[in-house]
Amino acid sequence: MVSVTSDARGAQRSPSPVKASSHGTPTTPSPNYRQLREIARAVRRDILLSITEAGSGHPGGSLSEADILVALYWCVLRHDPRNPAWGDRDRLILSKGHACPGLYTVLAHRGYFPKADLSTFRKLGSHLQGHAKMGTPGVEMSSGSLGQGLSFGVGVALAGRLDGRSYRTYVLLGDGECDEGQVWEAAMSAAHYKVDTLTAIVDRNRIQNDRFTREVMELEPLDAKWRAFGWRVLEIDGHSFPALLRALRQAQETEGQPTVIIARTTKGKGVSFMENNPAFHGRAPTKEQLAQALGEVGFSRAEASAAMKELGFPEAKIAEWTGLMPEG
Amino acid sequence: MVTRAAAVTREVFGQTLLALGKENPDIVAVGGDLNVSTFAYLFGREFPARFFDLGPAEQNMMSIAAGLAFSGKIPFANTFAVFGTGRPYDQIRVGIAQTGANVKIIGSHSGITVGEDGVSAQAIEDIALMCALPGFHVIVPSDGPETAQAVRVAAKERGPFYLRLSRLATPVLHADGSSFRLGRAEVMRQGLDLTLIACGIMVAAALEAAETLARTGVQARVLNVATLQPLDREAILQAARETGAIVTAEEHYINGGLGSMVASVVAQGYPAPVEMVALHRYAESGAPAQLLAKYGLTAADVERAARRVMTRKGK
Ligand SMILES: Cc1ncc(C[n+]2csc(CCOP(=O)(O)OP(=O)(O)O)c2C)c(N)n1
Repeated sequence: MVSVTSDARGAQRSPSPVKASSHGTPTTPSPNYRQLREIARAVRRDILLSITEAGSGHPGGSLSEADILVALYWCVLRHDPRNPAWGDRDRLILSKGHACPGLYTVLAHRGYFPKADLSTFRKLGSHLQGHAKMGTPGVEMSSGSLGQGLSFGVGVALAGRLDGRSYRTYVLLGDGECDEGQVWEAAMSAAHYKVDTLTAIVDRNRIQNDRFTREVMELEPLDAKWRAFGWRVLEIDGHSFPALLRALRQAQETEGQPTVIIARTTKGKGVSFMENNPAFHGRAPTKEQLAQALGEVGFSRAEASAAMKELGFPEAKIAEWTGLMPEG
Repeated sequence: MVTRAAAVTREVFGQTLLALGKENPDIVAVGGDLNVSTFAYLFGREFPARFFDLGPAEQNMMSIAAGLAFSGKIPFANTFAVFGTGRPYDQIRVGIAQTGANVKIIGSHSGITVGEDGVSAQAIEDIALMCALPGFHVIVPSDGPETAQAVRVAAKERGPFYLRLSRLATPVLHADGSSFRLGRAEVMRQGLDLTLIACGIMVAAALEAAETLARTGVQARVLNVATLQPLDREAILQAARETGAIVTAEEHYINGGLGSMVASVVAQGYPAPVEMVALHRYAESGAPAQLLAKYGLTAADVERAARRVMTRKGK
């Protein structure tokens, strides 16, 4: 028998995943929408801190996916941070592996590893590699080469079916990533094999590496493409927790075909100068920009200092960086 | 000639492609949503009609390039080295190598000096992959001027080319690119005690090691093998004959790269001890300089290998 934590124990799929009574246990009630937004705010803060400290990385797509990951890891996934190898866990596969700061932060906040690890991101010797890599607790797949995650997810889901396990498999894709032909090979195979335990989520932030998706490679009509490939398609606001949780529940209830959730998001969400700005796909903010960004995400100097302390930053750097923030 | 100047080889590529574009209307470019990083955007800005960004869809990109090539165009397919070699390998193999298509693949951000991005982005197998394709020209320039010349040669000569470029600025070793000859190794420093054979960023390291060795009375020849395929067998055999000991240095996995190919030539033609400075495993995220030190690709590593090979030669 595997040991199951409070999270996993009450894991009966609930028709209303945000209701505390139906998910989790009395000691760890599922958060309500306001709490989820608070969690997401803290996640955005720590994404920004870890990328700034690394001096490189991908803030845009990490900020756009943050709410999706928070919804999954706090309300939907059956998982056990103390036992990442638990055989019946639901799997979240980050196919857009460059956006690993979002995943790492969520995993740290859920207790897969210490939050202080976040300040080692991309540094020599750290387990938090520049692109997601197996070995980090909670990371299900090595990615970074776009387009491979959905195929991996089909394999994971097919194995679960063969073994009679009830876990579900979620794959988070970028929209630019959907330029890769392999995504569509995977899509076709998932529908062919009726892998209804598989849910793809496309982080539809409309920007890829260099430019806007419509300038590089037109994806529309994206919903019709997925539908034509045999998928159930749900299109939602990817920053709305009610919408995310509703869609994820609908995906769970879908039989006979896989489901894709096209989550309309804003790249760089929460930080004015990053929002809808292709320049922040793969560039770290300066410490001055960080100071502004932390303020915009809604943190005071004192709160930012406390967070930096938790992430293991040295006092001098905490004073220096938070000193750049507006007073109050 | 080692100067203090430095140049980013991928930037030199972008500038040279732009210049070539003005000279020859048949030059076109295809890219994979990394055109800023590869500097191909310089060409794209000037010649939007001859520039096709295909998004991250490298297999499609390579086959489109083949189609363009067989219809009279000279396509430069640019992306990171990992995505321009391994990812679309069979499209390259069947569509470009076996047909001799006039496609020029530019792989930027090669090796471990891509740094913090980590192993998925670090091409350490690409030389082996591309040299396993008969007829493919494989060029690893050592600096900016050599890159400029290699890009021009690739545009001029018919047939498939792979150019391996770096993310970081590298020291300028050549006054201009005129010393670059396709298929010819270049003696960058004379010496008769041993030969340091290097490519890419390791040429500068080899020159530095040679200086250090000279201070202790060891005269190392330094051979810059910018063309990995076709390999200058004669220069390598001459080095084996005249110096009797060889060290190879490359920013690549030890199997299938420069060291393997040099050892093969030497074993077949004039056996001499060979020591190899190369990668023995996948690296990790980190600052490029830290990675070079941790994974054994510094001038000091070349020097240590030189001492080892001298000991073996003496036996
Ligand atoms: C196979 C492959 N080709 C190219 C790249 C380089 N690359 C990294 S991120 C990216 C753009 C991805 O865009 P998208 O999927 O929309 O990511 P998001 O906006 O969600 O960050 C590209 C082209 C890669 N990582 N893998």
